Amino acid sequence: MALATRMAFGHELIEIAKTREDFVVCNADTKTCGLEKFGEYFPGREFSFGIAEQNLVGGAAGLAACGNKVFIATFAVFASMRACEQVRTFVCYPNLNVTVIGTHAGLQVGGDGATHAAIEDVAIMRSFPNMTVVQPADAVAARAIAHAAVDFKGPLYVRLHRNPVADIYDPETYHFEWGKANTVADYGSDMTMIVSGILLKKALDAAAILKDQGVGVRVLDMVTIKPLDKEAVIKAAKDTGAIMTIEDHTIFGGLGSAVAEVVVQNCPVPMEIVGIQDRFGESGDPELLYRDHGMDVDSIVKKTKALVGKKEGGKK
Amino acid sequence: MSRFHFTQTDVQRLESQAQQLRRDIVSMIYAAKAGHPGGSLSAVEMITALYFHVMNIDPSNPDWPERDRFVLSKGHACPALYAALARRGYFDPALLNTLRQYKSILQGHPDMNKVPGLDMSTGSLGNGLSIGLGMALSAKLHRQNYTTYVMLGDGEIQEGMVWEAAMAANHHDLKNLIAIVDCNGVQINGWTNDIMTLEPIADKWKAFGWAVVEVNGHNMKDVLTALHTAGTMRKPTVILMRTVKGKGVSFMEDESKWHGAAPSEEELVKALSEINMGGVV
Repeated sequence: MALATRMAFGHELIEIAKTREDFVVCNADTKTCGLEKFGEYFPGREFSFGIAEQNLVGGAAGLAACGNKVFIATFAVFASMRACEQVRTFVCYPNLNVTVIGTHAGLQVGGDGATHAAIEDVAIMRSFPNMTVVQPADAVAARAIAHAAVDFKGPLYVRLHRNPVADIYDPETYHFEWGKANTVADYGSDMTMIVSGILLKKALDAAAILKDQGVGVRVLDMVTIKPLDKEAVIKAAKDTGAIMTIEDHTIFGGLGSAVAEVVVQNCPVPMEIVGIQDRFGESGDPELLYRDHGMDVDSIVKKTKALVGKKEGGKK
Repeated sequence: MSRFHFTQTDVQRLESQAQQLRRDIVSMIYAAKAGHPGGSLSAVEMITALYFHVMNIDPSNPDWPERDRFVLSKGHACPALYAALARRGYFDPALLNTLRQYKSILQGHPDMNKVPGLDMSTGSLGNGLSIGLGMALSAKLHRQNYTTYVMLGDGEIQEGMVWEAAMAANHHDLKNLIAIVDCNGVQINGWTNDIMTLEPIADKWKAFGWAVVEVNGHNMKDVLTALHTAGTMRKPTVILMRTVKGKGVSFMEDESKWHGAAPSEEELVKALSEINMGGVV
């Protein structure tokens, strides 16, 4: 199966709404994740705010202040930047029960280009007190997070991608737990890849190639970026002596920074942060963009060898 | 009997209560050595009318789901709201003098998780009407009868988000939402219309589909009547209350420098003496 994480999340929420009436959806006229049809299926439980994201978040905060569980859906760029202060001051500060669904994250947005590619949203959202940040790697995880989000209390940011990605997980065995990393591959102890989001597939492909070339890496899916699974990060540093982070986000302030904060303060080891370089996105095939920023499988393989070499060099 | 009904005795009681709030405001800002007296004093009659007569609230049950809501979008005027909540019995008035102090429940701008009876954290201007919109939508969703009141400053409606919310309130047909604009004509750097022209304010709200009620915000009887009128409208209603910034303290009136400044001890004594002697226009 191949489905976009945004569509998997949105459709699952619509499924959940058939048996649960304890949440509402607020929209701001975007085609985000299928939730724009929520009001057709569940009249009265969806509120339209038009193209007005600040009011969208403020209105959601008012609904939440009256005891409602609120999901708001818009593009990650608008949720994190157009309505940045509303998320910070009126959702996070009062610690209200609002789930912000940010779709069209990262370079995977492709053709729409820099204005619509959210490359800074994790850095922004994770800096807010009270905020929890999650990012599924595939549709299976996205559906599991939809169920968890309905029962979640407090401010939550769910980061979702636009285009279909192949399933990695088996729905029968996948288990989502808040704040816990999943070990998805363990080929040895030369290095650990810590990944969040859809680039997990590239990490796994790279890990398989590296295995054949005699480099054994572990791959962790850091589905919850905040609060970070510190124990898993420290264990990875101690067990494998080198860490590479991989994310469809700027190299500043996202997963790489979150992991580095833990590593440098607890168990310093060589690190490589793979992500979007210090420039804006642009139009183009996402795969070309990933290659341009050194986030494709070949680049990950090369960077892994370099990092492992650095680690061994340090030991001499 | 309707909570909008009032007698001359009520008016006198509320006028006297308003003067108590004024004493509290200048005293707590003096104690804090900082705060916003001007916009607190201009809002006093309306906040008094709401908390001591009109709003359906229960201080012994501050989280009562059916209560009327009040959002102080102009959050810097919180000394007026804190004084009202304390005098209405939500918390000990002795706490008023802890305004802005470390570990006080009375933050420089209001925190709903610290103050009993406070319906929303505010302080960043332009946001409150959206919050009130969400509260009014919730009432509609759950078929509740409460009214949501949102008080804004006149300078505050320079923020574009206010008009996003105004548009949405009409779209969602929220007759249970009442906005109150404290038109004191002064913002931090001077006269509002020198900084960014607001007029014609009434026409702007009408164009967004709102009913408009205009009132002298320092005449208690007129304020109560305006709230009654607003409560009977069949669409979202804004009360434009014409007020004087710093009302009740002569040297603070119409002076932008008292937007955010604390009185000295001498000024406090003078202010309290004027409030004690002063009637209401």
